Amino acid sequence: MRSAVRRFSAACVAGALAITLAACAESQRDPGSEQGGADGTGGTMVFGAAGAPRSFDPLFAQDGETFRVSRQIYDTLITYKQGTSELEPALATSWTPSPDGTEWTFTLREGVKFHDGSDFNAEAVCFNFNRWFNLPTAAAQSQAIYYYETFGGYANNLTEDTTDPVYNSCQAPNPTTAVVKLNRAKGAFPAAFGLTSLSISSPTALQQYNADEVTQSGESFSYSAYANEHPTGTGPFRFESYDRTNQTITLVRNDQYWGQPAKLDRLIFRVIPDENARKQELQSGTIDGFDFPSAADWPALEEAGHQVLVRPVFNILYLGINQQKKPSANPAMQDVRVRQAIAHAIDRESLVRTQFPEGAVVASQFIPETVAGYNPDLQPIPYDPERARALLAEAGASNLTVDFYYPTEVSRPYMPNPTNIFTAIAENLRQVGITVNPVAQPWNGGYLDSVQVNGVHDLHLLGWTGDYNDAGNFLGSFFGSAGAEFGLTPDSPIIAGINQADATVGEEPHAAAYRDVNELIMDQLPGVPLSSSPPAIVVRQGVSGLIPSPLTDERFLTVSVD
Amino acid sequence: MTTTWLERRRSRIDDVAAGRSLGAEAFRRLRREPAAIVGAIIIGLFVVVAAFAPLLAPHDGGQAFPQLQENLRPGNIPGPQEGFPLGSDQLGRDFFSRMILASQQTLLVGVLATLIGLVFGVVIGTVAGAFGGWVDTVLMRVTDVLLAIPSLLLAISVAALAASPSQTTVIIAVSIVSVPIFARLLRGAMLAQRNSDHVVAATALGVKRPAVVLRHMLPNSIGPVIVQATLTLATAILDAAALSFLGLGDADPGRAEWGLMLAQAQTYLDVRPALAFYPALAIILVALGFTLLGESLREAIDPKGRR
Amino acid sequence: MMLRFVVRRLLQVIPTLLLLSIVVFAWLRSLPGGPATALLGDRATPERIAELNRVMGLDQPIWVQYGRFLGRVATGDFGTSSITGQPVLDEIGRALPATIELSLAALVIAVGLGIPLGYVAARYRGRPLDVVTVIGTLVGVAVPVFFLGYVLKDVFAVDLGWFPPSGRQSVAVDATNVTGFAVLDGILTREFDASFDALRHLVLPSLALATIPLAVIVRITRASVLDVLGSDFVRTANSKGLAPSTIRGRHVLRNALLPVSTTIGLQVGLLLAGAVLTERVFVWGGVGTLLADAITLRDYPRLQAVLLLGALIYVLVNLLVDLSYAIIDPRVRLS
Repeated sequence: MRSAVRRFSAACVAGALAITLAACAESQRDPGSEQGGADGTGGTMVFGAAGAPRSFDPLFAQDGETFRVSRQIYDTLITYKQGTSELEPALATSWTPSPDGTEWTFTLREGVKFHDGSDFNAEAVCFNFNRWFNLPTAAAQSQAIYYYETFGGYANNLTEDTTDPVYNSCQAPNPTTAVVKLNRAKGAFPAAFGLTSLSISSPTALQQYNADEVTQSGESFSYSAYANEHPTGTGPFRFESYDRTNQTITLVRNDQYWGQPAKLDRLIFRVIPDENARKQELQSGTIDGFDFPSAADWPALEEAGHQVLVRPVFNILYLGINQQKKPSANPAMQDVRVRQAIAHAIDRESLVRTQFPEGAVVASQFIPETVAGYNPDLQPIPYDPERARALLAEAGASNLTVDFYYPTEVSRPYMPNPTNIFTAIAENLRQVGITVNPVAQPWNGGYLDSVQVNGVHDLHLLGWTGDYNDAGNFLGSFFGSAGAEFGLTPDSPIIAGINQADATVGEEPHAAAYRDVNELIMDQLPGVPLSSSPPAIVVRQGVSGLIPSPLTDERFLTVSVD
Repeated sequence: MTTTWLERRRSRIDDVAAGRSLGAEAFRRLRREPAAIVGAIIIGLFVVVAAFAPLLAPHDGGQAFPQLQENLRPGNIPGPQEGFPLGSDQLGRDFFSRMILASQQTLLVGVLATLIGLVFGVVIGTVAGAFGGWVDTVLMRVTDVLLAIPSLLLAISVAALAASPSQTTVIIAVSIVSVPIFARLLRGAMLAQRNSDHVVAATALGVKRPAVVLRHMLPNSIGPVIVQATLTLATAILDAAALSFLGLGDADPGRAEWGLMLAQAQTYLDVRPALAFYPALAIILVALGFTLLGESLREAIDPKGRR
Repeated sequence: MMLRFVVRRLLQVIPTLLLLSIVVFAWLRSLPGGPATALLGDRATPERIAELNRVMGLDQPIWVQYGRFLGRVATGDFGTSSITGQPVLDEIGRALPATIELSLAALVIAVGLGIPLGYVAARYRGRPLDVVTVIGTLVGVAVPVFFLGYVLKDVFAVDLGWFPPSGRQSVAVDATNVTGFAVLDGILTREFDASFDALRHLVLPSLALATIPLAVIVRITRASVLDVLGSDFVRTANSKGLAPSTIRGRHVLRNALLPVSTTIGLQVGLLLAGAVLTERVFVWGGVGTLLADAITLRDYPRLQAVLLLGALIYVLVNLLVDLSYAIIDPRVRLS
């Protein structure tokens, strides 16, 4: 196949050009191999990122690219054991909740220093919690996306629509003990303490570089000097520079790291937005790895000697069904038989086998198997076009027409190729007599607005990669409130069930409550869970120690290059 | 450049009694031009395939076949096999049928976009050229602005405006690009004729203004417009492909269209390059055909103007 | 008189730009989607989006937003990108040299190869060389740039390893940034390896970008040379017994190049448009990338600034061209 490329190109590129090229480029391959210390440690790794980080303060971000860089610079109180979603000590060596779940006591690691040399201690932890809680401007508050989702509000809510804050106060009885008091218990804790957005920054640096100065200017924001140039954490790498012209971010090893120091001398993230370009850079040896290789390229990359590291499955893709379409509701969608018919019409086995990478599974519910609260009794709805037609006829919807929305200009870990997935499902629906009216919209250019805010669709594709191991992180964000996406009414039993499960304290009762919710959801069928699929990360031969994470939170601490 | 070209053309129009004999003369020249023949053959084949596509295609273009899907994986797309001469596409559909059916969509997009551009361009150009004065000034200012924006950028901007991209938005975006070109062209031709003998004579004979414009001025200006339309077909097909590449193409991926197929094959360039090469080749060939034909037409109508 | 002309033309620029800014402003806000969804990502709730729009002032009536925008622009403040939070003018300042560098390189290739090829084709009209060249130019125009880019990278970067596949500079090369033009910077700072590195990065994208202008220039040159070869004065020169080399150099080429130079001017606009696609394929951090990203992410401030500054540059260049005509050709009246 390679040779086909070459032959075709030879025909395309005029001979004259080739001669000129050869004349001016009798040159060496790119010096990508000057990396690697002789002693087996050190060296530089260049990693191809798909996008630029928004800033280096993860508090004001929700995107994977910002988090990837931040995770190398900062630590959180609790972290997730590499390669799993299990909790593991980080800056806190242990944590204990009060029986009612409203008070968390953290025992902190001793002798940890921030990159600026200042001490990490309970005061610093409380400084961070208070910083988040007291964000001074509306701009800052509206940007602290994960903090808001987890803690619900601020000391002085400057934005409308904020709920009562969950956070109450933080005390530092001694340098190694921090006590965080909450106003009410939340199922998300303790796992949520590991969120990258809740990274612990140096109080000295935060103050020195006016970290909270997120200012609104015109129709946008500008971030503080802290977020742009002086991120200061305790992590295994220090921030060195961000070359905005060439879109490269350089981190260097933190020799004073509290754990085993990183092996790499330097870690460089190079932004390469085009997927094919990332692949070609790796093939040319100019980068050492990149994230989210297309499943189509896995075999070729492996054949070329690269390592395709497949992450454990921790996401869900679903087909959403909107029961309250605006402007005029599609009454057929309110009939559970029609929703069941749609579920039976989709050949998910074929879809997963032909369009998703190896390791992908057909989903039986709206959470992946490894999340606590997964209900093993639920079976995937079988592919049965006959049954689908019968159900449609029974519901008097044999001539059903649906507006099926799908996104373009996007690829998500749970949805590697939206166009193909859409096409396959649309064809399935067509086979059972449903007329599909396809509506493609760019992800940011209308799609999210249409399906999440305006609710103008009948069917749509969306999904979620878990932030931490809690069913509420999935189900709560899908069905936690009456919204435009599924058109659930506020009195829906699903919403009530989720709220109740979230407030249930104790590991086993919490999971049991969610098992029931999962069953309820599959009875009501507000959508069809399609698949859970493993995204990959690829590195060249000679890179070792990178552990693929189900949460896509790889840390480069253990990575070395030859 | 246009005016000198048109001046020469006008003088020849005066020499040659009627448009028909000029056409005949041009046709005679055209038949001896190898480029024109090659172009005509390509276009002829293309049009025939497009016209009979549903008959020529062995399978339904949207349907996925179990025998193709059986070994289909993201990293493995089955090649040619019995009953499927070009093998599978990324969704287990018959690639050969889709290639054939796509000719229809591609032709449809190209022709419709060109026609729409032509109609609006001709109307604007005729009005501007026939009336002159402030109407002309205003209309030409607007077309100048449109001309000043590089064509692909203009098409992208228009296509991006749509709430959701579709075949219609692609056609509109691509056609808007050609409107100012047609308008300018026609206006120039009309202006050149305003003082020509037959127009002056017709006016003196008391023929009403609209009639003069429609019956005398327009038919004599249509030659360069046809040449331009042939060339525009080529760019329209290419621009539509570029829009598809940028995600601004047809929303219905079940529909086969070369530009769309090429854009979707981006993911499979290493897996099965044929998925990209065949549509790319088809686009290149068809664009080449229209260009060859258009350029030869131009030379045939005006053998001196080699540009 | 000259001064009055310039002043009057400059005054005309202001209403043009005002009108254009209104068009751009209205166009942007009628695009589906908005910066809030881009900032909030997958699980944006309607409430959060409304909130963010309120904070950004996007819930205000459009004329209020426009008024504020005008007020800021009047003080030279084009705002910050809603995606990166960086001042938009800084971003443009970084991207502009990249685009100019790429376009210039493409222009050099197109002119440097196009004129000789066109000339040779014309001299050997009808021979195989001519036929190949003409077909080449026709195919060159028909190949989609994004496809050509991929093939070039696959062959010359991945398979042969002659050139880097994308980007402007190798990570390993520690270049000093002076002007933003990578090749020039290397020369200025005497870091010649950086210059060479930048040049190597420049080859493939500029080739891809040069294809269409190259084809056009070849065709125009060929036609123009044929025109001149058939003209009376060449025949006269021939009959005068001048040496063929003298005729070719002094008469043919010089006269034939006049229309070519006009074409080259026209190609510059096309180059900038082609840069949008080329930059995307080759991850070239220029204005095209800035623009494309801004469209996908609905970055209003960045789009406004790029489009308006582009228009301003365009208008000013036109003014300069008019002025230069007036200086060169006294028959052109400045009215």
